[in-house]
Amino acid sequence: MNGEHAFFIDHARCIGCHSCVQACEECDTHRGQSMIDLETIQRPDSVQTAPQVCMHCEDPVCAQVCPADAIKMTPDGVVQSALAPRCVGCSNCVLACPFGVPKYQVELDQMMKCDMCYDRTSVGKRPMCATVCPSQALAFTSRAEIERTRRGHAVNEWRFGGETVRTQVYVMVPAGVPAVRVDLLRRDGLQAAPRGAAPPVDDVAVLLGEA
Amino acid sequence: MSANPATAAGSDVTRATGWGLAVAALVVAGIYVGSRGLRDFDPALVSYAGASVFAAFGLGYRYAMWLRRPPTRLYWRRGWAIFAQKGARRHNLRVLGRLVWDNVVTQRFIERRSRVRWAAHWLIAWGCLLAAAVTFPLSFGWIRFETAPDSQQVYRAFVFGLHILSFRLDGWLAPLAFNVLDLAAVLVLAGLFLALWRRGRDRGALVVQQFASDLLPLALLFAVCVTGLFLTVSTHLLRGLQYGFLSQLHAATVILTLLYLPFGKFFHVFQRPAQLGVAFYKRAGEDGAPARCERCGEPFASRLHVDDLKQVEAALGVRYGLADGGHYQDLCPACRRKTLALAQGALWQAAGRGPERTETHG
Repeated sequence: MNGEHAFFIDHARCIGCHSCVQACEECDTHRGQSMIDLETIQRPDSVQTAPQVCMHCEDPVCAQVCPADAIKMTPDGVVQSALAPRCVGCSNCVLACPFGVPKYQVELDQMMKCDMCYDRTSVGKRPMCATVCPSQALAFTSRAEIERTRRGHAVNEWRFGGETVRTQVYVMVPAGVPAVRVDLLRRDGLQAAPRGAAPPVDDVAVLLGEA
Repeated sequence: MSANPATAAGSDVTRATGWGLAVAALVVAGIYVGSRGLRDFDPALVSYAGASVFAAFGLGYRYAMWLRRPPTRLYWRRGWAIFAQKGARRHNLRVLGRLVWDNVVTQRFIERRSRVRWAAHWLIAWGCLLAAAVTFPLSFGWIRFETAPDSQQVYRAFVFGLHILSFRLDGWLAPLAFNVLDLAAVLVLAGLFLALWRRGRDRGALVVQQFASDLLPLALLFAVCVTGLFLTVSTHLLRGLQYGFLSQLHAATVILTLLYLPFGKFFHVFQRPAQLGVAFYKRAGEDGAPARCERCGEPFASRLHVDDLKQVEAALGVRYGLADGGHYQDLCPACRRKTLALAQGALWQAAGRGPERTETHG
């Protein structure tokens, strides 16, 4: 990776155009398959969409829970897809990743994930998604530049219950906020669904009765 | 987890060293017994046998260290327990047979990634297995050949000292028996060329491949095959030219490969069968209750898997327990992604304004 540049996600800028999803398929290490998820959030109340790339944790939980020791990091901190000779397709990484990133490819019986377009970033180019994102919700630039052009500041620290996770990828938060805290849904205005309750309507397809 | 990680690591190393020594001792005992108290042992092959004993130690050590990892240990125990369940053993044996055929014999799961990759892997794997099936028993003194006492034209084969078969030197079996390692070398070389051809054309592989883990094993196999074929060429085409030197060179490449076996890419030969245990684990999970996401209520994995993962995370020191008594592991991956965006949005709401844009960054 380019030492001066980092990856930033600014969810508020996402316009849901799917450019990142399409461009991701051009990455040489997983050509033809997109590793980006674009989620629609609380669809009845909001038009918000959220792109999710791998956050490239400093101490990735996916690698810790891998029974085959198949998930490795490059010297510059990029967490790679599972090594094909080792991955046993157990999906531990898929379930344990706090960001919901790794994908189990049923056809290949193997885990694959965003590797920050290592074919590009390892030679100083921007990842495909950040290159095509028209609103720069996904940006690959310097920290100084991102903080000059956006409100708030960039953080790379997350707290999931008692677990603190630091990532190579940053998100934009209001000034003075040191970390994003995810403490099951209730604190941040969300409610956990009662057991047996109908799932919340998040998706356009559900609203249109197509799902 | 142990209160003192340094002590735990130390005890893991001690235990793994013990396993390594036990496996090495087993191989030494196997050599001694199988060669009938070394009577059938060929001293010319002692360097191969010695390297094999070291490789056995390394494999035992690394396998034991690997099994100390909490997720590996859990799958190991669960996989065997599910496989050996009373009432299901016969069925499981049939399933295991199918899995071995698909995953080990034909290896068709690799074909789904790439046909060239599959062909390369299949040729290399079966070439190596064929060579190993000949080399190890020969160098351990488990197999020996001798000329029949009453005819120079008849060769006799012994396994563990027992006469198994005789064959004529001018028959069809003799050239096959004497050249089986050449045949193995040709299989491996064909696989190596395909593997290198694929690696040279696959831009994704070119980006992430590393010399030590991806190219060195191919180079070692190439050296073993080529120096082995040199021996045949020297014997049949060059009237034994430099045979002594070539046999030493071949021995050196084989020994280097054996020493590399436990520590490099070849370890996946021993690690990969875990895939069979995972297949049984997945079936058991599908037969049991599903885990439903605490947020959307949809099933997203087996309850067995999610509960086991919580144990693994606790053993690893991953603290996903939440302040309200919930557990982050009970959220499906899609709801996690949504939660992250919502949590970030909530921060802006709490700050009293949205993250307005000041200017567009190109």
